[in-house]
Amino acid sequence: MTATTLRAGRVHRRQRNALLIAGLCVALLGVVAVTLMVGNTFYSPDEVLRVLLGEQVPGASFTVGELRLPRVVLGMLAGLAFGMAGITFQTMLRNPLASPDIIGISTGASAAAVVGIVVLSLDETAVSFLALAGALVTATAIYGLSWRRGFAGARLILIGIGVAAMLHSVVSYVLTRAAAWDIQAALQWLAGSLNGASWERVAPLALATLVLAPLLVSRRRDLDALRLGDDAAAALGVRLRPTRLLLILAAVALIAFATAAAGPIAFVAFMAGPIAARITASGASLLVPAALVGALLVVAGDLVGQFALGTRYPVGVVTGLIGAPYLVYLLVRSNRSGASL
Amino acid sequence: MTLTHQLVADEITLAYGDRLVVDELALEVAPGRITAIVGANGCGKSTLLRALARLLSPKSGQVVLDGVELNSRPTKEVARLIGLLPQSPIAPEGIVVADLVGRGRHPHQGLFARWSRADDEAVAAALDATGIADLADRSVDELSGGQRQRVWIAMALAQQTDILLLDEPTTFLDVAHQIEVLDLLADLNRARGTTIVMVLHDLNLASRYADEIVAVCRGRVHALGEPGVVVTAELVSEVFGLDSEVIADPLTGKPLVLPRGRHHVS
Repeated sequence: MTATTLRAGRVHRRQRNALLIAGLCVALLGVVAVTLMVGNTFYSPDEVLRVLLGEQVPGASFTVGELRLPRVVLGMLAGLAFGMAGITFQTMLRNPLASPDIIGISTGASAAAVVGIVVLSLDETAVSFLALAGALVTATAIYGLSWRRGFAGARLILIGIGVAAMLHSVVSYVLTRAAAWDIQAALQWLAGSLNGASWERVAPLALATLVLAPLLVSRRRDLDALRLGDDAAAALGVRLRPTRLLLILAAVALIAFATAAAGPIAFVAFMAGPIAARITASGASLLVPAALVGALLVVAGDLVGQFALGTRYPVGVVTGLIGAPYLVYLLVRSNRSGASL
Repeated sequence: MTLTHQLVADEITLAYGDRLVVDELALEVAPGRITAIVGANGCGKSTLLRALARLLSPKSGQVVLDGVELNSRPTKEVARLIGLLPQSPIAPEGIVVADLVGRGRHPHQGLFARWSRADDEAVAAALDATGIADLADRSVDELSGGQRQRVWIAMALAQQTDILLLDEPTTFLDVAHQIEVLDLLADLNRARGTTIVMVLHDLNLASRYADEIVAVCRGRVHALGEPGVVVTAELVSEVFGLDSEVIADPLTGKPLVLPRGRHHVS
């Protein structure tokens, strides 16, 4: 075996992967373009392009520039954040069930937001901040509860699922006591929706993504090593505790900001990673593919929800329709093989 | 690899929570030789190995590498000197052999460093040494248990460490593959002078392949030395609570343990 033949194989796999990432980018741009054109009024690619370049186009400048563009950018960023945070958790805990929307972190944000809307009657910005705090507090609580003589991924997942169930009942309880008008707003938020997207809502998420996504990407080699098991990773020179803490903090913050801005869009964090894993070449880091798949799921899901189903549905309903069967499939498969996932 | 590194456990006490597993154990790993750690289930063998690999910090005492406490050295630097094959590492789904072996290069790569010629050469050499060069582009999922174990050893080899620790490298392997893996480790030790420390269950294989036997009993070193001296019927009785007869292996002259049991013995 020569280093040269080895290199050829590695370069081949890397090129395949670069091609895949390029393909995902093209698909994403395509869906974004369609989203910007389609709506109550159709605008041609030419008009959309002119709006994007800053020209004043009667009608289009407002509809595309102020309504559709913030909406699609919010969708992209939220999907990106969900996808990246999901794959980080799934890789670190080596379990596809370990995504933040299954282990209660998104539910923490939801519970806080519902309390904010129904009990405290807060405005939109305050609700976002409360959701952010809810996710962070829940994540800390789950981590703290699962820490007993060290860290165990399986314990964290089980405790997280329990905490999620508890928080779901909090949400239900608060909703039963709510006034009709508040219920509308709360349900809208809970479904995960890009309605009413504005640049003010996009800004905090954009800032968080700009800081946290590169941070996670820079740690991708550690994440790759963690896939081999904690002992193997430590033997390869990964500092387990600080690395895990950094990864968890970054992923939780991403989930929290995305949920605060767009609501807990169902199952995106959960699905993006496994889909990315299925289409990526061996050995490649899954972070960027998972982020792109997440963005694609949200943007395409929103397009389908708005125009393909007769009535307009929030994006979370569409992603939930795809995600729920996948969750059942995972559980059935793990039961059948009798092994852990 | 002319440098030999000194790995010493200095009166280490190891515990999981309140449960004491290893009690003030002292051990100097023989540089450039093959050491086998043997003992009954739950006696602290694997725990000791994990401490030698700095995966577990001692409650008291210290593990010292070349005169410096292991935990005070940067973990990546240690990873260039000590390699470990854990008991049950996990292969990511769909990964091909060359990529998994390439993971062993982690401690040699910086945060943003690109894959270098030296990395490729180390991986190629590791694949050659373990005889799996023709599997390089195969998915690890498709391999047999024996092949898979060789892939993991290749990953540890690609790490290019002078000390290699292995936790039961022969479990789940049939007898032919057990011998194959141990032969491979002996080759490595002869060719490069790699210091090898392994936890083994099979006393007879340990006697045959190890230069030094460390018999651990209830968290302490019960006996230590060459197999011919250490492996006796008394030791087997004291450490394993098993009645046996020890004869000279007709093939190698090394000790061969024949357990007595309650049946079929005249």
